[in-house]
Amino acid sequence: MDKIILKDSAYCIKKGTILGIKQLTESEKLFEIALEGSQRLGFEPGQFVMVSVFGAGEIPISLSSSPTNNVSFEICVRAAGKVTNALHKLKAGDVIGIRGPFGKGFPVRMLGGKDLLIIACGLGIAPLRSFIRYVFDNRKDFGKINILFGCRNPGNMLFLDEINDWKKRKDVYFESTVDCGTPDWTGKVGLITTLIPGVNIEPERTFVALVGPPAVYKPVIKELLSRNVPERQIMISLERHMKCGVGKCGHCQIQNLYCCQDGPVFNYEEIKHLKEAF
Amino acid sequence: MPDNQYAILKKEELNSFISTLSKLNKLAAPVSRGYNNYSFEEVNSGDEIALKYIPTILPPKKYFMPVHETLLEYDISKGLNADAVTESEEMILFGVHTCDIAGIQCLNMVFSEHPEDHNYLIRRQNIKIIGLECNEYCDEFANCRLMDTHLPDCGYDLFFTDLGDYFIVHINTRAGEEIIENAGFFKSAQTRHLNELASFREKKRALFKIELPIESKFIPDLFDRSFESKVWDDLDERCLACGNCTTVCPTCYCFDIKDEINLFLTAGKRYRVWDSCQLDPFAKVAGGKNFRKARKERQRHRYYRKFRYSVDRFSRFFCTGCGRCSRTCMAGIRLKETLKSLIETWIK
Repeated sequence: MDKIILKDSAYCIKKGTILGIKQLTESEKLFEIALEGSQRLGFEPGQFVMVSVFGAGEIPISLSSSPTNNVSFEICVRAAGKVTNALHKLKAGDVIGIRGPFGKGFPVRMLGGKDLLIIACGLGIAPLRSFIRYVFDNRKDFGKINILFGCRNPGNMLFLDEINDWKKRKDVYFESTVDCGTPDWTGKVGLITTLIPGVNIEPERTFVALVGPPAVYKPVIKELLSRNVPERQIMISLERHMKCGVGKCGHCQIQNLYCCQDGPVFNYEEIKHLKEAF
Repeated sequence: MPDNQYAILKKEELNSFISTLSKLNKLAAPVSRGYNNYSFEEVNSGDEIALKYIPTILPPKKYFMPVHETLLEYDISKGLNADAVTESEEMILFGVHTCDIAGIQCLNMVFSEHPEDHNYLIRRQNIKIIGLECNEYCDEFANCRLMDTHLPDCGYDLFFTDLGDYFIVHINTRAGEEIIENAGFFKSAQTRHLNELASFREKKRALFKIELPIESKFIPDLFDRSFESKVWDDLDERCLACGNCTTVCPTCYCFDIKDEINLFLTAGKRYRVWDSCQLDPFAKVAGGKNFRKARKERQRHRYYRKFRYSVDRFSRFFCTGCGRCSRTCMAGIRLKETLKSLIETWIK
């Protein structure tokens, strides 16, 4: 057998150096990464990269920073399995492998002039932070901006310092809630759906970006439809465990769609008939 | 009048042809491996080859997409060095049935779809295919007529049809022509031979009848109406989730990607390995949610990948009618019976 080195394989990796690590909660860290030789990753909010920790493996992680930053990018990672735990043990200066970006993100350029309703639940804030920061970096291009954020409990709440800033900003409506409060929690307690009635929605000009665990999609979408938001204006990012990222391995397949290529961001109209979607 | 697209090989010269071919190239062909079991293996002489065989345990996809395949080699002892790699060698497959040629064509479509899979495509370039026609049905599990894969149309370099005391060989590519030129033994086909081929095909068309009460053009409709069918509940009760059906399928290509590092933790490789959508963890995500938890959902997924999704994506069925999934299923799930039940439920 002849061994051939492939320069254009979909499995080639780029070297990424960890510039900094920030502990966000007990189980989540934010990694800032720069590609070797000042290469630009080039992505859109909602896309993901395949991250390699050599010896542990490779996993799909959504991008958390705004693509307006050309120098570095950020990923928010919960220590949940073998690779994410190995990633959590790394320190600044360590090198990881990056493939991608992959998939279809939020169609930010098509959303100019529209009102946005961004609904994040739990770790769903990770990809939506990319979107939110992009929108803030280009704030004048958009209409009203509403951000709703729900978490299991106050200890799970990610990006607290940034949230405090969002709360103060006059150009955004921000509201958060937790499923279970703690004695020192002074905010709202309740499911994410309880925040939707408080938002002033003009259905024809409002686009919704919704990311959260699978269980929140149906009740939130039901609430949005009852507020007359058109189905194709509800954008959802679906979670699957991509292995290849290039539409081959089959792990992320949702009926006839490949989440890694056709998604992960879909509009509700295109997936509502798919029984396996949620 | 000789026809230069066809050549003739006398039966008694087959062994010499195979021996010559095996000296020029690595050559694999179906060999007998116990009662009614056949396997594509490397051969050096014609005696080893089973000319009359039912579909091999594994289809020839194993040469195009090995069970294990290294994708990336890395060394982390002095910083990170990683190379994407593939391994390939020139070889010839002899004796490939039309169903398996169709299977390879399906895989060709998948791996050449953007983004291309260079590991597969390089290997594909290096493998020549010599087909061999089935003169009759292999057994009751085949549905190649329904899938329209029972006759050779393309996807091979040379194609052999057994016409009694000689083979008539269709030369389909320049590479096939070179095999014939280099080997010797072949003569040009005369009008008489072509007439014999035509009359053989006529008899074959009469012998191979659509195996199920449906025309293939209605199959996508059938599946559009069958997502919630009770037929899947029946499969749910019987399926053992062993993954045999997908392993032996000529068009199943799902894989997992894993890392393996040496004991010094200095160097390792990333490889892909065949995986199966029939196994429980296949569609599981980090939070523990399994998007196809029930066996019926996984079986349904397999059938839809063969008969519905591939029609949208590649404009063809990904079932080649080889019958392997039915032959190998320990729980006796038979593809033709499943389709028949779906058709009956639809008609009701």
